[in-house]
Amino acid sequence: MALTKAAIANGLYNELGLNKREAKEMVESFFEEIRLGLEKGEQVKLSGFGNFDLHDKQERPGRNPKTGKEIPISARRVVTFRPGQKLRTRIESYARTNKRK
Amino acid sequence: MIKSELIDEIALKQTQLSIKDIELSVKTILTQMVETLEKSERIEIRGFGSFSLHYRPARKGRNPKTGEPVVLPEKYVPHFKPGKELRERVNIGGGYTRTK
Repeated sequence: MALTKAAIANGLYNELGLNKREAKEMVESFFEEIRLGLEKGEQVKLSGFGNFDLHDKQERPGRNPKTGKEIPISARRVVTFRPGQKLRTRIESYARTNKRK
Repeated sequence: MIKSELIDEIALKQTQLSIKDIELSVKTILTQMVETLEKSERIEIRGFGSFSLHYRPARKGRNPKTGEPVVLPEKYVPHFKPGKELRERVNIGGGYTRTK
């Protein structure tokens, strides 16, 4: 089962004793403040987890995969996530302790 | 923006919780996220994005110092796919033109 906002809020309720409304608002603010930071053009760095970086891409030629028609892909700013060393190390070991599905 | 600044921003916009509670909350949220990925489960936050693991097969590499060949074992790496709202908001914020 995937982790959702509802499940995270539930965790705050269970582990910290926030009431349901506080927990829901906290989860909402957490993601909204990260979005606001990125929207302002700031990189967001969460130690122990990873960095959300911004990249400005220039316009480049593309193609409609259905029709094969050439259309330019406009210049844009995109978000990428770079996992931190700690997260990567914790995830890497997954392949060694569990078999592939 | 770093974690402490994120905590301050959240604190500025609400009155019910102490800064300590907010710090603990942010820490707890991140722990839940890390533990979910560790279990190889996905994280799905509508309007923000989803996190999942991508498989990387074993490959041959080299020790950059000695040039000696080494086998790098298979592994998983965390992957983030930004959601529609985040993609659009970031792109507009940059003053770049939106496609549609």
